[in-house]
Amino acid sequence: MLVEFAMHHAWLVPLIPALSFLIIVFLTRPFEKLTAFLSVSFMAISCFFASLAAYGVFNNHELAEHPLVYNFFNWLSIGIPGANELQINLGVQLDPTSAMMLFMVSFVATFIQLYSVGYMKGDPGFSTFFSYVSLFAASMLLLVISSNLLEMFVAWEGVGLCSYLLIGFYSHKISAREAAKKAFVTCRVADFGLLLGILGLVITFGTLDIMELNDKINNFKEYTSYGTLTLLAVLVFIGPIAKSGQFPLHVWLPDAMEGPTPVSALIHAATMVVAGVYLVARMMFLFDAVPAAMNMVAITGGFTALFAALIAITQTEIKRILAYSTVSQLGYMMLALGVGSLTASMFHMWTHAFFKALMFLAAGSVIHAVHTPNVWKMGGIVKKMPVTSWTFVVGGLAISGIPPFAGFWSKDEILVATMNSGHYVLYAMGAFTAFLTAFYMWRLIFLAFYGKEKPENHPHESPWTMCVPLVVLAVGATVGGFFGMPWNNMWAHWIFFGEPHHAGHVAWGAMISSVALAVAGIYLAYRLYLKDTEKVKARQLAEKYQFWYQLSFNKFYIDEIFLWFNHTVVDGSAKLMYLFDIYVVDGIVNGLGGFARLTGDGLRVLQTGSMQNYALVFFLGVLAVTILMAFTGPSAAGLVLGGVM
Amino acid sequence: MVTISLTHYVMLSAILFSIGLFGVLAKKNAVSVLICIELMLNAVNINFIAFSKYITPADFMGQIFAIFVITVAAAEVGVGLAIIIAIYRNNLPVDLDEIDWLKW
Repeated sequence: MLVEFAMHHAWLVPLIPALSFLIIVFLTRPFEKLTAFLSVSFMAISCFFASLAAYGVFNNHELAEHPLVYNFFNWLSIGIPGANELQINLGVQLDPTSAMMLFMVSFVATFIQLYSVGYMKGDPGFSTFFSYVSLFAASMLLLVISSNLLEMFVAWEGVGLCSYLLIGFYSHKISAREAAKKAFVTCRVADFGLLLGILGLVITFGTLDIMELNDKINNFKEYTSYGTLTLLAVLVFIGPIAKSGQFPLHVWLPDAMEGPTPVSALIHAATMVVAGVYLVARMMFLFDAVPAAMNMVAITGGFTALFAALIAITQTEIKRILAYSTVSQLGYMMLALGVGSLTASMFHMWTHAFFKALMFLAAGSVIHAVHTPNVWKMGGIVKKMPVTSWTFVVGGLAISGIPPFAGFWSKDEILVATMNSGHYVLYAMGAFTAFLTAFYMWRLIFLAFYGKEKPENHPHESPWTMCVPLVVLAVGATVGGFFGMPWNNMWAHWIFFGEPHHAGHVAWGAMISSVALAVAGIYLAYRLYLKDTEKVKARQLAEKYQFWYQLSFNKFYIDEIFLWFNHTVVDGSAKLMYLFDIYVVDGIVNGLGGFARLTGDGLRVLQTGSMQNYALVFFLGVLAVTILMAFTGPSAAGLVLGGVM
Repeated sequence: MVTISLTHYVMLSAILFSIGLFGVLAKKNAVSVLICIELMLNAVNINFIAFSKYITPADFMGQIFAIFVITVAAAEVGVGLAIIIAIYRNNLPVDLDEIDWLKW
């Protein structure tokens, strides 16, 4: 009964946090305790509804193939009714994918909000922070349930706006403002591509509805050519490139660390960055119709995964390492989509949400305690902050792909899917990335949590509001993967694209090799950063491969390349345009104005202001007309002259 | 004995009109100009009535039109005199050479 209600009113899930945003902004802003309570409880209610809806969906296997779609608000209708009318509704599309996301987003958001109560305590912008986070969650939840592309785009932009507000939350810091701007501008640039793609789709297929598009694209030959569809797919993909931090538009993501840590967790785990992957997942039928676009998605994903992992191994700030690991994991998700496995991609998104949120929150807890983001200045925290440290270790095990933790199952799924699709180079890249992931994550853990204690740090465990979410998420990061174990693959049974692939087939080779790689990575990190207490070998290696070390440490100079591009190409062409504007455009406009003025100056002499002059001219005019008529028009002349003579 | 024909009327009207026009163009006093405008209008009235009587005697269109002209002329003079009085009240000259405020 209640489940039915939740399923048919799934729009309540985004609406509730949106309401809490409004209430906080307009009513409870001055009362911090009340605001926190309101925000967390509304989010929890929303999560409750989401889990009911998800429960309903996962009890009805029909929905895996035929999603539940309904509209709850008629927004616009454009065009001639009945003929080529374009109806735009706000609707809900509920299927296992969106139900899973709905639950995951609201669940993670709830615990992040709970954590924020402790983390943001005493901050002057306490209430503002909670209002933004609520709006953020609302936008993301709307994006998840959207049944048409325009609704999705609105939510997509809402997510972008909230990320801007939250990254720049400490607006007194220049770096935060810059990071917020960078995030917003980078995403806007890419959103333009997405918007063009959506426009192209609606022009070509005449509908924005995802299910209708699905039907129409399945036999797209009736509507358009293969080339056009490829172009549309590429345009649509540009949006996710920036939103999900794919190379080369990943640059905003590491900078997004400037926001408060719960925001980083929210951006990196549950909302924002997964929006891009989710969009591609939703539009899977479009990409699937054009293999070229699929390959592009796969290559972008695989390359991003490796690229970001290579950067992560030399970074020194804890949150920055985590940020690059997010970029890398998002690369995995894209890779999975690119090789056609919606199952693996969504599964990794699910497990990633848990362990990445966990690690960010734990990192926030650490930074909260030792007041430095630099991992070299931490060390031995495990004794003082057991909860934080052990939950972080769980996250580290999960992301490295050690069984039975969640990340192992999903990463394995991706690698197997890549291999089965015949992309052997991408498989090798993915496997090597897995090795690097284990290495950099354990480098971080050994440096920050183990080893010698630093005398200048006085870490202490965080309050319960911060510890409870950590423990809950750690449980999620441990057991979250059991849904998708290869010999009992519930996940593939529910979330798939095209044919569900059958459980039971276990790729032992891939599984064992990925575990071996992960263990090797961890062992290498252990040798370099824990056993070798003075870190001599690590330093020697860095000096020996100076060039590569610097390349990685400076993030392959992507930021510098963009800056250079901005300063020379963009500014240069802007200068050229400026000159064109000043001399040609302004020249024409001013020239016309000057001409009018000169003519006016000449003609105003005629305007004497004396009535008798005007009357004289008037009379002379009448005379002239009369004479003209007298000599030219025979009938008129006859009338005029005949009367007078 | 000369019978009075249409030509006479038209010539009278033309003379009257020309005198009026001359006054309008040459007189410096605003009141004189108004009077001259009256002359021109009456020249037109004569034309209307003469043509009506000699060419279309059956209907009275010319006469009716003349009555309209007289009415409108009365209104026009009223407005004109009001303007002149307003100018005079402001201690400004009613000399038309001086009244050239309509220019730029």
